[in-house]
Amino acid sequence: MNTTSFKQSFLTPRDMIGYALLAAVIFVIFPLLLEPFRLNLFGKYLTYAFVAVGLVLCWGVGGILSLGQGVFFGLGGYCMAMFLKLEASSPENTAIQSTPGIPDFMDWNQLSALPWWWEPFSSFGFTLFAVIAVPVAFSYIIGVAMFRRRVGGVYFAIITQAIAAILTILIIGQQGFTGGVNGITDLRTLHGWDIRTDSAKTLLYFVNGTLLFAVLLAAQFVRRSKLGRLLIAMRDQEDRVRFSGYDVANFKIFVFCLGAAFAAIGGAMFTLQVGFMSPSFVGIVPSIEMVIFAAVGGRLSILGAVWGTLLVNWAKTTLSESFPELWLLGLGALFIAVVMAFPNGLAGVWAEQVEPRLMKLLRRDSKAAAQTTPAE
Amino acid sequence: MLDVTNPNYVLMVEGLTVSFDGFKAVNDLSFYVEPNECRVIIGPNGAGKTTVLDLICGRTKATSGNVAFKGQDLLKMREDQIVHAGVGRKFQTPSVYEDLSVFANLELSFPKGHGVFGALFFKRDAEVRERIQEIAEMIFLGDQLTQKAAFLSHGQKQWLEIGMLLIQDPELLMLDEPVAGMSVAERKKTAELLNRIIADRSVIVIEHDMGFVADIATRVTVLHQGKVLSEGSMDHVQNDPKVVEVYLGH
Repeated sequence: MNTTSFKQSFLTPRDMIGYALLAAVIFVIFPLLLEPFRLNLFGKYLTYAFVAVGLVLCWGVGGILSLGQGVFFGLGGYCMAMFLKLEASSPENTAIQSTPGIPDFMDWNQLSALPWWWEPFSSFGFTLFAVIAVPVAFSYIIGVAMFRRRVGGVYFAIITQAIAAILTILIIGQQGFTGGVNGITDLRTLHGWDIRTDSAKTLLYFVNGTLLFAVLLAAQFVRRSKLGRLLIAMRDQEDRVRFSGYDVANFKIFVFCLGAAFAAIGGAMFTLQVGFMSPSFVGIVPSIEMVIFAAVGGRLSILGAVWGTLLVNWAKTTLSESFPELWLLGLGALFIAVVMAFPNGLAGVWAEQVEPRLMKLLRRDSKAAAQTTPAE
Repeated sequence: MLDVTNPNYVLMVEGLTVSFDGFKAVNDLSFYVEPNECRVIIGPNGAGKTTVLDLICGRTKATSGNVAFKGQDLLKMREDQIVHAGVGRKFQTPSVYEDLSVFANLELSFPKGHGVFGALFFKRDAEVRERIQEIAEMIFLGDQLTQKAAFLSHGQKQWLEIGMLLIQDPELLMLDEPVAGMSVAERKKTAELLNRIIADRSVIVIEHDMGFVADIATRVTVLHQGKVLSEGSMDHVQNDPKVVEVYLGH
């Protein structure tokens, strides 16, 4: 057998078609078809896709189910919100406060000075660094504490869920420092550039889409590397990997931190596009919703995660606009349906049902074409 | 005190004991493995055979005793460090990565790129591909490299796992029932394969099939209730009255 046939390829032609299709939808079709309000809404959905892509690597490929990805989405989003809030709280804007120059919610909570750990967030450079570094450092601590002790499976999922609950309670309880249950709101400008206008939102939509593609390609690189295959191997036969000379915990920590970094970028872009960040994006419910996005898309498919996120969120908006009380039931039913009937989600349906039929059609077409050509 | 640098032995196990809630699965066990020796461990169910391998490769922590491999104290090392020191372990049930191809299964065992970033930027170069091809042919899977491991027969999975160990080129190879569940034809091929791969390394094999044991063993150790009951050549242990009693009952 010719051994050169085992060359690794980063993108197969099939992958490339998938990426091109998604790029066309995100960068051309949505902006052309949707009015600015709807486009911004879809931009918001796409920020969740960052989390879903991270979950594909952690959960689908690596078998590490985290029910607390909202924590990292939230931390990324809060870091960005702190910067924007400080800019919005200039002494001129807050002249009516008893202490001008600090965020409004601090003033309402009788704080008379900016807490020291808020100070660095007046620098945009530091904020960009913190958006990634804070969630990654936090996930690293969790990862080391859990994976070094060989905590995994359901126990890990429960612990991450508990962390999401704890962080929500902490943010709500410390409202003088965090804005409490309302979150950090009334964000206005980025370096003097008003992010509330339609044109700014459209531009941010494109920035978001570009970042999403960078994350997708990074995920694709990991998936196609030996590390990607190791993750699959660890999911199925952890002991065999360990006794093949790998320190399994390090690989789990890595992919968990990577998922956290992806989620954090999504969180920061959420804050920029939606204009606020609140604890309702940190807790258990959003964290589980994000797992559902990945499951609906197909937990093994990087592109599927994006489609799943778009589909579920579009359905959520459409349904909850007309039948608000039915949405949660619908979401639950959808999750059960996916687990029972389509364990590989949209990506599985595409690969097993749509693609073979499409191929058949294409072949028939080309055959028909071949038959008609000579007659012409 | 154990002289861990004795060059006459690859592996020295002395006074090895492990206690699970007071039950001593392995009790004050000592044995020595020489270079290029094929040691077969036999014994009735529950004698502690698999536990001995678990203790050597770090899967189970010993309660007391010493395990020295080429002058290194294995009991103080992590599982992956023990592998890097040169000890390979095959499990009783075939442990292969079912969702990956035969090629990828072997590739993950190739002794390079074991760190996180080493694995991320690992290159499938010509050396890797040729070595995998070579091993695959040795384990009779040369034309199955693109096959998903899930679709292999039970015997082929056993071979694949042996191949995954071979590619690591360990100095000490530990095999737990390598012919269990194989057909007669597969058994014969496996004995041939093992005879070829044990030529230049030390091997510890756990096996029940006496015909197979007679085929490959340099020396045989009989375990009973966590202790060595008898040790020596196949002929010696087969004629040992203590062994006969344990196997045939009172």
